[in-house]
Amino acid sequence: MLLREVEYAKPASVADALSLLAANDGARALAGGQTLINVMKARAASPDVLVDLNGLDALKGIELAGDGTLTIGAMTTYTELLESAEAKARPILGEVVGTIADVQVRNRGTVGGNVCANDPTNHLPPLMTAIGARFHIAGAGGEREVPAGEFFLGVYMTAVGPGELLTKITIPAGKSDGFAAITLGVDGTCICNAAASLNGSLRVALGCVDAVPVLLQPASAEEGAVREAVRGAGIDPPSDVHASAEYRLHLAEVLAVRAARQAQERT
Amino acid sequence: MSSHPVTVTINGVEYEREVEARKLLIHFVRDDLDLTGSHIGCDTGNCGACSMIVDGTLVKSCMMLAVQADGTTIETVEGLADGDQLSPLQRSFSEHHALQCGYCTPGMLMSATALLRENPSPSEDEIRKALQGNICRCTGYWNIFEAVKAVAK
Repeated sequence: MLLREVEYAKPASVADALSLLAANDGARALAGGQTLINVMKARAASPDVLVDLNGLDALKGIELAGDGTLTIGAMTTYTELLESAEAKARPILGEVVGTIADVQVRNRGTVGGNVCANDPTNHLPPLMTAIGARFHIAGAGGEREVPAGEFFLGVYMTAVGPGELLTKITIPAGKSDGFAAITLGVDGTCICNAAASLNGSLRVALGCVDAVPVLLQPASAEEGAVREAVRGAGIDPPSDVHASAEYRLHLAEVLAVRAARQAQERT
Repeated sequence: MSSHPVTVTINGVEYEREVEARKLLIHFVRDDLDLTGSHIGCDTGNCGACSMIVDGTLVKSCMMLAVQADGTTIETVEGLADGDQLSPLQRSFSEHHALQCGYCTPGMLMSATALLRENPSPSEDEIRKALQGNICRCTGYWNIFEAVKAVAK
């Protein structure tokens, strides 16, 4: 399909990328392109300038600090995350990205692109919310750090503002995590998903039921407590061709229980 | 209009062209370079008929801009055979009746080529997982898996 006319720039540094993004209201960062190029085909997005981040090594790579904190560059692909020895420190990351779409998409799609797209059906927004990830956003005024609760703002909207870039994500140490999803076919788009983390008190984040991940803090990982937390959250999920609101609410409860159980089994 | 010089090496041949930024890699390869072996099936990143190997990495070329391929080395289905001599994988597809209408075949071959390079002895599950991004609308998956299995060591 022919895209609408667009300008293209491939900056050689993060500073150059930031000035390109700031110089034009219609500029948009191009990460792996596995979402953006498709929505451009459908004219659901029509940027005037694509600022291609693929040449920026500063945004790539995974580091594991002595205290177990993982730092993942925004332009790290799913495949790089899957194959990273460092990322094994938080096993849920590789387990979840290994179920995103297919080999080709995982080879180009990026962790930063997934969270910045913030499609409510994406895997990583609820996962990052449950495991307490922090997002590092660079702009003209320097870099700021935003917790997951303040990063996801709405459908396709995040705290990354005009002229800004997500540079990296930091994730605290922990192994007691879980994830469960009902998808359209194996490894397909999520109809509903839930992530859980039991490193300290239990955190469960639900995806696909609201514009942003819904964070719950059930009293325990026991089934009854998790179900009660989901029921008490006042969720009003959308209906679409794949699931009615009622069915999605049912799935949210079941998947939250499964994710919490998996997290508990790993304590 | 935004136009950019692009140099790519495809199946050992170097091409230099000016391309518009909005042109997808699959259109560049098929329309500008007349290498029509790679197919466009869905144009939405789902079917995998446009799969190519770019700098050693399997990608769907409908989700990459041609300008992004500047400086890369690309392998397409045309590069698998050596003249009239089919690759072992291609021969195996033929022997196992792994193509019905044949539309998905270029993508299937590239995905299976990428798999076997990385993992010469894949299990049945690994073959299925590796071909997940390639859809055969004749639903001829069984023989495709058999063909890949037959060349796996």
